[in-house]
Amino acid sequence: MKDISLASSGVRAGLPGTSMTFARKATAFVDRYAWAILALLLLVAIPVLSGTFRLGLFAKYLSFAFCAAGLVLTWGYGGILSLGQGIFFGLGSYMMAMYMKLEATSADPAASVFGAGGPPVPDFMTWNSIDTLPWWWAPFEHVWFALAAIVILPTLLAFVLAYANFRKRVGGVYFSIVTLALASIASIVIIGQQGYTGGINGITNLPVFMAHSVQSDTAVYVLYYVSACLLLAAVLAGRFILRSRLGKVLVAIRDREDRIRFSGYDPALFKGFIFAVAALFSAIGGALFTMQVGFASPSVCGIVPSIEMVIYAAVGGRLSLVGAVYGTLLVGVAKSFLSEHFVGFWMYLIGALFILVPMFLPKGLAGVLDRFREHHGEAQ
Amino acid sequence: MSQMILEVQNLGVSFDGFKAIDDLNFYVEENELHVVIGPNGAGKTTLLDMICGKTKPTTGTIAFKGHNLERMLEYQITRAGVGRKFQNPLVYEDLTVSENLEISYPKKRDVFGSLFFKRDETVLEEIQRVAEMIFLADQLDRKSALLSHGQKQWLEIGMLLMQDPQLLLLDEPVAGMSARERELTGALLRKIAEGRSVVVIEHDMEFVKSVAHKVTVLHQGKKLAEGSMESVQSDPRVIEVYLGH
Repeated sequence: MKDISLASSGVRAGLPGTSMTFARKATAFVDRYAWAILALLLLVAIPVLSGTFRLGLFAKYLSFAFCAAGLVLTWGYGGILSLGQGIFFGLGSYMMAMYMKLEATSADPAASVFGAGGPPVPDFMTWNSIDTLPWWWAPFEHVWFALAAIVILPTLLAFVLAYANFRKRVGGVYFSIVTLALASIASIVIIGQQGYTGGINGITNLPVFMAHSVQSDTAVYVLYYVSACLLLAAVLAGRFILRSRLGKVLVAIRDREDRIRFSGYDPALFKGFIFAVAALFSAIGGALFTMQVGFASPSVCGIVPSIEMVIYAAVGGRLSLVGAVYGTLLVGVAKSFLSEHFVGFWMYLIGALFILVPMFLPKGLAGVLDRFREHHGEAQ
Repeated sequence: MSQMILEVQNLGVSFDGFKAIDDLNFYVEENELHVVIGPNGAGKTTLLDMICGKTKPTTGTIAFKGHNLERMLEYQITRAGVGRKFQNPLVYEDLTVSENLEISYPKKRDVFGSLFFKRDETVLEEIQRVAEMIFLADQLDRKSALLSHGQKQWLEIGMLLMQDPQLLLLDEPVAGMSARERELTGALLRKIAEGRSVVVIEHDMEFVKSVAHKVTVLHQGKKLAEGSMESVQSDPRVIEVYLGH
């Protein structure tokens, strides 16, 4: 047994608090209360410090943070790099827009003049000479249907898509390419089917949700708080998943998928599950986005927004749920600032970020914290 | 004669026309520690790969306690009670020793079962018990990437113990180990072979002598000889192709 005790003496024992440096205490504090600190920032600091306009922008960033948090689960822990989260964000966004559009149309006396007698038809359909509401639009006049569909459809679609690929052992970069292609197809279909989707303009002019204005100052605050609370809940749910045995199995699949089958697990099911959770997060984010901005547009479903979402997660740290939220806020603020001051420069910067972050900060901002802790841990 | 737990009949597989295993019959009894030896390329690892589902046979059947393994997927075979240890230690390096053992616990291996899995007393006690058997009780919270080569081998054996398979397939469990580690592993293997059947591939003849109940010699995908260690060692054909060199 001698060799074993020798090996174990190499493990640094956690020394009691007195010998801890300040830096170690600080990083331990940040680690322990990461969620609470984020909650304070989102629920207190940002609303206190921003006016209505800025708060509306932050609410928009938060809706993208859902996608980044989902990517931490599916990419960081599941090892599945999805370049198509925009598909699910878009689905959530469009389904919310469909409900809001039908609500706005039914309240609009001018709309009932058009159409072939049935339920009133949204304005953009009329412009495209469609005079009866398509069957798959009809149920979205009920808010309960729309909300259930936003939660269920993208999740189910993501699971089926992922499971079908992973069961056939299509994975890694090949699956990323599949998601990329699907994101491209999604925006092409939306743009092409102008009569049913509003085409390149998207679905616009959505002033109310369940008879409440979404454009008033109060609405901005309400929507901000709803987004922040749902996001914090999503981060908690993600944390629960990662700490469960399922979270450990995911890490095992990411590192040794060929081995996990011989521990009695079906990796395709687990990867399908986590991919579906990420899609669910994205769809919720998309629905909130539409409520905040008052439109749904193909510009948030295609390849470019999907890759931006990956960058949010990469900047924050793909192994940190909380980090992904910070990453989204940071890149979001930078994007707004730069596109206000240097028009057209944004695309170059996002390209540079996509190259520089993986090269120099493979674990993002959360990785900087880790390195800091390790450095000071060794120094003592 | 005791009950057969594994019956491999007329098994064959070819890779691009090369017959790695050719019309092989192979039986393992209950509670038997059966060692497979043979020169490189004899098809030893391929045989284990086919039993555990990693490679699908071209011909033949593999029956394990009424299951037809050749038609099942890897994880189904594992759940039926076959455990496999690979040649190079394959542990989940980003997980701690304790987590490696935990996910090997053979219950609730579906998605929602894992999500709501509770680390109750029974599980923790089982982890502790196995960790002590594999000499890693003081390393439970250590990332398994930081273990030595020999310790990883033990951890992988421990993961199999957690799985509690009725048939254990071990591919070179003492490869790369020091003499002392070898001795400990030999004792460990004899202990875990109690109450289950074990198939071991091993090159180390001293080690084989110390553990084997029965030895099968493979050569070019075919069975060359089978029996006790003494009878196999004195077989002129075995000496010719394998032991003589």
